[in-house]
Amino acid sequence: MLGYYFDLALRSLKRNKVLTALMVLAIALGIGASMTTLTVLHVLSGDPVPGRSSTLYYAQVDPRDLNGYLPGNSQPMYQMSWIDGMNLLRAKRADRQALMTGGLVPVQPDNTRLDPFYEAARFTTVDFFSMFGVPFAYGHAWHAVDDEARARVVVISSALNDKLFGGKDSTGQTLRVSGATLRIVGVIGDWHPNPQFYDLTRKNYGENEGVYVPLSTSQDVGMHHDGSVTCWGKGGTGINPDHASRCAWLQFWVQLDKPDEAAAYKTFLVRYSEQQKELGRFQRPPNVQLRDVMQWLDYNQVVPDDVRLQAWLAFGFLLVCLVNTVGLMLAKFMRRAGELGVRRALGASKRSLFAQLLVESGVVGLAGGSGGLLLALLGLWLVRQQPAEYAPLAQLDPAMLLATFLLAVSASLLAGLLPAWRACQIAPAVQLKGN
Amino acid sequence: MDILPILATLRRHKLTAWLLVLVMALTCAIVCNAVFLIGQLLQRMDMPSGIAEHELVQIQLGYIGDTPDAKAQTQTDVAALQQIAGVKQVGLDRYLPFSLDGSSNTGINLKPQQQQNTLDAGQYLGQNLLPTLGVRLVEGRNFLPSEYVDFDTAVAALNSGDMKGFPQVMIITQAIAERLWPGQQALGKTLYTDGGIPFRVIGVIAVLARQNNLQQGAQYSTYWPIRMTSADGANYFIRCAPQDRESVLKAAVTKLKQLNPSRVVLKARTYDQARRAFFANDRAMAGMLVGVIVALLTVTALGIVGLTSFWVSQRRRMIGVRRALGATRGDILRYFQTENFLLATIGIALGMVLAYGINLLLMRHYELPRLPAVYFPIGAIALWVIGQLAVLGPALRAAAVPPVVATRSV
Repeated sequence: MLGYYFDLALRSLKRNKVLTALMVLAIALGIGASMTTLTVLHVLSGDPVPGRSSTLYYAQVDPRDLNGYLPGNSQPMYQMSWIDGMNLLRAKRADRQALMTGGLVPVQPDNTRLDPFYEAARFTTVDFFSMFGVPFAYGHAWHAVDDEARARVVVISSALNDKLFGGKDSTGQTLRVSGATLRIVGVIGDWHPNPQFYDLTRKNYGENEGVYVPLSTSQDVGMHHDGSVTCWGKGGTGINPDHASRCAWLQFWVQLDKPDEAAAYKTFLVRYSEQQKELGRFQRPPNVQLRDVMQWLDYNQVVPDDVRLQAWLAFGFLLVCLVNTVGLMLAKFMRRAGELGVRRALGASKRSLFAQLLVESGVVGLAGGSGGLLLALLGLWLVRQQPAEYAPLAQLDPAMLLATFLLAVSASLLAGLLPAWRACQIAPAVQLKGN
Repeated sequence: MDILPILATLRRHKLTAWLLVLVMALTCAIVCNAVFLIGQLLQRMDMPSGIAEHELVQIQLGYIGDTPDAKAQTQTDVAALQQIAGVKQVGLDRYLPFSLDGSSNTGINLKPQQQQNTLDAGQYLGQNLLPTLGVRLVEGRNFLPSEYVDFDTAVAALNSGDMKGFPQVMIITQAIAERLWPGQQALGKTLYTDGGIPFRVIGVIAVLARQNNLQQGAQYSTYWPIRMTSADGANYFIRCAPQDRESVLKAAVTKLKQLNPSRVVLKARTYDQARRAFFANDRAMAGMLVGVIVALLTVTALGIVGLTSFWVSQRRRMIGVRRALGATRGDILRYFQTENFLLATIGIALGMVLAYGINLLLMRHYELPRLPAVYFPIGAIALWVIGQLAVLGPALRAAAVPPVVATRSV
């Protein structure tokens, strides 16, 4: 029966090409626009570390004075000061913990064909790699003793390895970074977390750093910090924040494998704050936060406002297209009142007419979905030409491809409901008489 | 034209009529808000910086390996840059207005110990900034050479708590002066940073936009007498005639590399390029909104064409009867035009209410002001025009129906 309806639908659609084309076009435009913006939204709000994001937490404490403090209404300090970061790192109360910050470092290749260049860097303690599940193409992370010993070691990204060593195993070779000679111990494999959740002060999306150096080594060499620094009270800083200064410029991440550990760790942060207040370093009442990856991204509103707004606009547009399609389908079905009257008179039930008309809407939806898919590909190409930092990420994945067709067919079925119902209300006798 | 017969006919086609009204209402509401958003973006992109934008180029250097005596190097660099043909002024600072590279900000207070900051302002440091940027001083004076403090000295003073080595004077924008001391003379008054450090105001500048955080007061900027070097992350800003920018930039880069080859040029661009980059997202968004408006009006127009055509074909016999009874082609044409105008008007009225509702939603979720009344007529006119254009084709076809149709198939 469905095959017959399908055949009828095709015949009917062919009979009135202009109306059909208008309906398909309306659905295609609406679906194309919504799928473009939905895909961007889907990519940008994705989980950067699937499988780990619920066990990784960003810890915050509040070491500031009382200036600007609103009880119960103030967020803790956005980042960690050196003293607090080091204290919490050494306490080792979590399963794993890493203290890190961003940098911008000059790299001098031994290869004389390449000019020296600046590269984004991450200065971090070693747990960074195991916590975030960083894969290695060659070699491995440095060891905990290297952190202690300020060892002259470095891990580089595969992109930098391609650039400097043509993609060959470079472990054991040396690299001159910020004037210091570092031994390459590892090359990171295919790892591109987006959003760059672990440090949102530099950029939210894009390629991760090329150079990874132990935090202690970076401070020893005097590598340049890059990222936001917030000072309070009489605190100030040049390029490299002083370790004793009243400035916060580091990120502290902990891994807590079991949910109840999070509550315990939060209590630990409160106790730490109380203790620091007794010592006179902190002045505010304990003000701490412990957010997991998705909560942290949510709190930072990493998905740009523009992208959300575009998604709403696209859905508004889809709605207009759908209402239009409802009108056009109504016109189309009502025009065939005579034919439907004959079918009714010959014994077709209202129900089967209804099913037949819905199949016709579904066919329009499939055609519109295919058109919409092409338009969405075009739309995403347009997004990739935009200047935004997330632009290169706008790619369609299989899930969104499937969603395109589901959305198109369900939208067109929805649009077909009312016209089909109206068309089935026709009294066959009146139609037959009219002809 | 008598509208009562039109209303009577529409009452027999309620569903189709309401669908048309609904499409037009939705389109009108979205178009009103989209035009408003474009207006907001254009206003933002047009924000005055207060500096001689078309006369500035920017060069940032990064040192490879050991940093030499940065102060001496900076003096040599500046002296050499001033020798280049076409260079009028050379100044240093880390950031310029509308910067994507970062910003430096400070809380400003009226009292030394204040619980909440009176305002949050952008911070400009560096030497020779006012003549280089072309910022207009409306009151007071520029810094004296003796008032400048080296950047590292200032940072050390801050962290040690011994404020002797810290600057004592500051230049502020008129916007800050007005906010702190409305209607009063700001010169000679004392303000405090959020660390409680006092500064005497010695100059007021007309306009100088801050680097970013524009939502905290785009024109709240302060200028501190702090001497920078390129090792502190400062850029060289060079002022020259607009037509000399490219040649000056090239000559300056060559000169700086020659003076000390162990550094990398991180940035070399005109200020116009920097400003364009800062507002690039806004421009893209405005372009996208224009696209949405065009697409919406097109889809709506096509919908009207489709439905009116259906209507005309349904009413062929009625039209024939009217023609046979003496109605002219013009009468038929005007009938369909008036009908569309009526539907559009109802749609627009609904659309206005909807537009207002959408604006309320947007205000809650995005930092947007209330939709001003001037944007409502834009949506209305757009819909009326689109409606009339779309209905013209089917209406002409209706007017071409010969009276003889009335006699057929009866």
